[in-house]
Amino acid sequence: MTTEILIAGFGGQGILFAGKFLANKGLLEGRNLSWLPSYGPEMRGGTANCSVVLSDDPIGSPIVTNPDVLIVMNLPSLDKYENAVKTGGTIFVDSTLIKRKVNRTDVNVCYIPATALAQQNDMPTLANMIMIGKVIGECQVVKMDGMEDAVNKIVSARHAALKEINLKALKIGNDYKE
Amino acid sequence: MVVFDKPKSLTDAQLHYCPGCTHGIIHRLVAEAIDTLGIEGKAIGVAPVGCAVMAYNYFACDMVEAAHGRAPAVATGIKRSLPENIVFTYQGDGDLASIGMAETVHAATRNENITVIFVNNAIYGMTGGQMAPTSLPGQVTQTSPYGRDVKTAGYPVKIAELLSALDGPEFIARVAVNNVKNVKQAKKTIQKAFENQINGKGFSLVEVISSCPTNWGMTPDAALKWIDDNMIPYYPLGVFKDKSAKEEG
Amino acid sequence: MENKVLMKGNEAIAEAAIRAGCRHYFGYPITPQTELAAYMAKRMPKINGTFLQAESEIAAINMVYGVAGTGKRVMTSSSSPGISLKQEGISYIAGSDLPCLIVNVQRGGPGLGGIQPSQSDYFQATKGGGHGDYHLIVLAPSSVQEMADLTALGFDLADKYRMPAMLLADGTIGQMMEPVVLAEEKEISKVNKPWAVTGTEMKREHNIINSLYLAPDELEQKNFERYEKYKVVEENEARYESFMMEDAEYCVVAFGIAARVSKNAVVAARKQGIKVGLIRPITLWPFPKKAIADAASKVKGFLSVELSTGQMIEDIKLAENCKVPVELCCRVGGMIMSPDEVLGSIKKLMGGAK
Repeated sequence: MTTEILIAGFGGQGILFAGKFLANKGLLEGRNLSWLPSYGPEMRGGTANCSVVLSDDPIGSPIVTNPDVLIVMNLPSLDKYENAVKTGGTIFVDSTLIKRKVNRTDVNVCYIPATALAQQNDMPTLANMIMIGKVIGECQVVKMDGMEDAVNKIVSARHAALKEINLKALKIGNDYKE
Repeated sequence: MVVFDKPKSLTDAQLHYCPGCTHGIIHRLVAEAIDTLGIEGKAIGVAPVGCAVMAYNYFACDMVEAAHGRAPAVATGIKRSLPENIVFTYQGDGDLASIGMAETVHAATRNENITVIFVNNAIYGMTGGQMAPTSLPGQVTQTSPYGRDVKTAGYPVKIAELLSALDGPEFIARVAVNNVKNVKQAKKTIQKAFENQINGKGFSLVEVISSCPTNWGMTPDAALKWIDDNMIPYYPLGVFKDKSAKEEG
Repeated sequence: MENKVLMKGNEAIAEAAIRAGCRHYFGYPITPQTELAAYMAKRMPKINGTFLQAESEIAAINMVYGVAGTGKRVMTSSSSPGISLKQEGISYIAGSDLPCLIVNVQRGGPGLGGIQPSQSDYFQATKGGGHGDYHLIVLAPSSVQEMADLTALGFDLADKYRMPAMLLADGTIGQMMEPVVLAEEKEISKVNKPWAVTGTEMKREHNIINSLYLAPDELEQKNFERYEKYKVVEENEARYESFMMEDAEYCVVAFGIAARVSKNAVVAARKQGIKVGLIRPITLWPFPKKAIADAASKVKGFLSVELSTGQMIEDIKLAENCKVPVELCCRVGGMIMSPDEVLGSIKKLMGGAK
C-alpha cells in the first residue's frame, strides 16, 4: 500500500517538521518513504509544503501531486490543493485558521481547531503535531505505537523537555472529537 | 674563492625570457632562497599565466601550472593538503593584480601560509605589451596608445599598499632588481618571505619591480634607469607590513 | 534491519564523500546544494579535514585543482550557475589528468534562472563544458541512496582513470530525504599516484602538473592519448538500470528525478496493458549506448523524459541510430512533469509509431 501525503501552510508553522515526524515514524516501521520539502524563498514566511510518501513498495516519484491525505494549515493552501486530492482521500483542515469549509463532496474532511487547541494547552508552536495526531488517528498512515521513538528521532537530546510536549500534542490531536 | 654557480634548485633548461628581462634575476633569487634554506625537496611552486608561464620547467622542485590569476587558490589547495611542504607562487602583474585580484586578496586575508613572488613590470609581456593594472599614468602601451589616461583607464593598482591595509597578511614588501644594491635587498626580502612560511607565520608577498625592455621599447640599460626614474617614485620600496616585527618591536 | 538513516540527498553526498576518504572540500554558497557545504563545515574540522568557503566558485575549483595535484581526494559542489563559473578550472583539471569529484545539484537556467530542480546542464556535463576536447565521468543519482553510492563510485572511477568525475544531481534529489544505508568508512585510497606533487625530497625528478603544450604535435598526442583512455571508460563503465524492459514494446529513457516520475508512469501504463519499460542511465557519460541500441531492435519507439528542452534525446538518437522514432516529454525551468504527463506522452508515442 502507498500513501501520498501533502502538508501545507505558512513558513514557521512547522510544516516540514510535521513531515519529518511522519518520515521518521515510517523509517522505524521499516517502510519505504520519501520526504520532499518545498525550498527557496517561500520557506521564509510564505507558503511551505512538503510531500511525504509512505509505501510497502519501492517509491517512484517523491513528488505528491494528487495526495491521499492533505493537511492544510492556512487558507491559500486549501485553495491551492483542495482539487488535487484523490477521490476518497482525506483533507485535514486547521479550522482555527481556515474559516471556510471544503467544497468537495467526494473526499473525507476533518476540521480540527489545532491552533486554538495548541494555545489552550500552552503549546502555541505545536498545532502541527496536533494535526498529525489527528491524521494518525483517522487514517493510520503510520502505527499508533512507538510514537515516543519517532519523537526521539527528531527532537535532539539537548531539548529533552520538548519530547514530552510533542507527545502530548500528538495525543491531544489523537483524542480530539469534532 | 667565490665561484659563480647556478643555484641547485634551478634546472638546466635554458630560460626563454627576452634579453635584458629581469625575470632571470628574480628566478635566481627565489632559487637561492630555496637553496639557502634547504627546502628544495619540500618546495612546490605554482606558475602563472604570463611571461613566467613556463617557470615549471626552470625550478627543479615540484611545480604546478595554474590558470590565469588562480595561483593563490591553487597554492591554497596544495598548502591545505600538504601543510608541511613549502608552497610558493610566482606571478606577474596581469595575473595577480588584474584577473586574479580576488584570489590574491582572499589568500592574503585568510593569511594562507604561502609565499607569493609578485613581478611588477607595469605591462603584459607575453601577449605583446598591453596595458597592465600597474601601468603608470601616461604610459604608452599597445592598448593605451595615447598613454594611460586615468580618466578612462583608472589608476595603477598599488598591490603592496592595498594588501597591507588588510588585517590578515603576515608580510608585505616591495623591492626592485634594477641595481646591485636593490638586488641584494630583494634577495634578503625574498628569503624572509620563505622563512616566514617555514616558521608558520603566514601569507608573505614580495612585490618585485621589474623591467620589460622589449615591450617598453628600450635598451635593457635604459629600462633599468626607467625603473629608478618612473617606477620607484610611483611604487616606493620598503616593508609595508610585518606583523611579527611589530609584535617583537 | 539494515542500518538505515534518514538523510537529505545533499547530506548523503557529504557523508559518503567523507567515508570515501575525502578530507578536502571547497565551495561557495548557492541554492539548492547548501546543505552539503554546511555538513562539511560541521564535520571536516572534527576529522582533521579541510572545509574552506572560497571567495568564488572559480577559486574553489582551483583549490580543488591544487589538492588534486597533490594526489588526495578532493571535491567541490555547486549548482548550475556556479558550475558554469567552475568550467575553466574543470578544463584545466581534465587537461592535467587529475582526479576529483564535482557535484552539480542542478537548478533551472539559463542565466540566474531559478532555484527549482532541472536537468538542463546535461550538455554542459556530458559534452565537455569548458574549452577543449575532454570528458568527465558523469553520474546521475536518482535516489538519496545513489547520492551516497555514486559519490563513492565517482571518487573511485576518478582515481582509476585519472580524470574528473561529476555527480549530476538535481534540486529534488538534493533536498529530499529517504532512508539510506551508508558504506563503512574506507581506508583512504591507496591508489598509487607517482605523478603527484608532494615535494621531490631530492629523491626523484620534479613532477609537473600542467596542461600547457605549446608544440602542437605534442598537444595532439596528449589529446589522442586521453581519447584512448576515454574509449576504455566507454567500454567498461557505462551503467544503467533496466525496468520492465523484458517484453517492452516501448521504452522510456530518463535519469534522476525524471526517472522516478517515469517509473510511476510505466507502472500505471502496465496496469492499462501497455507494454512499456524504462531504461535509466546511471552514467550519462559514458552513455549506455549499447543498452539503447539493443532496445532499439526490440521496441517500436523511445520516449526521452527530461527536465530540459531535449538534450539527452540526442544521445538516444545517436545510440538507436534512426531505427525507431524518438519522442520527447519535457518540463523545464524548475517544473517537473507528472506521471500522468509521461503516460500521455507514452500514448502519443504509440499513436505516432505505427
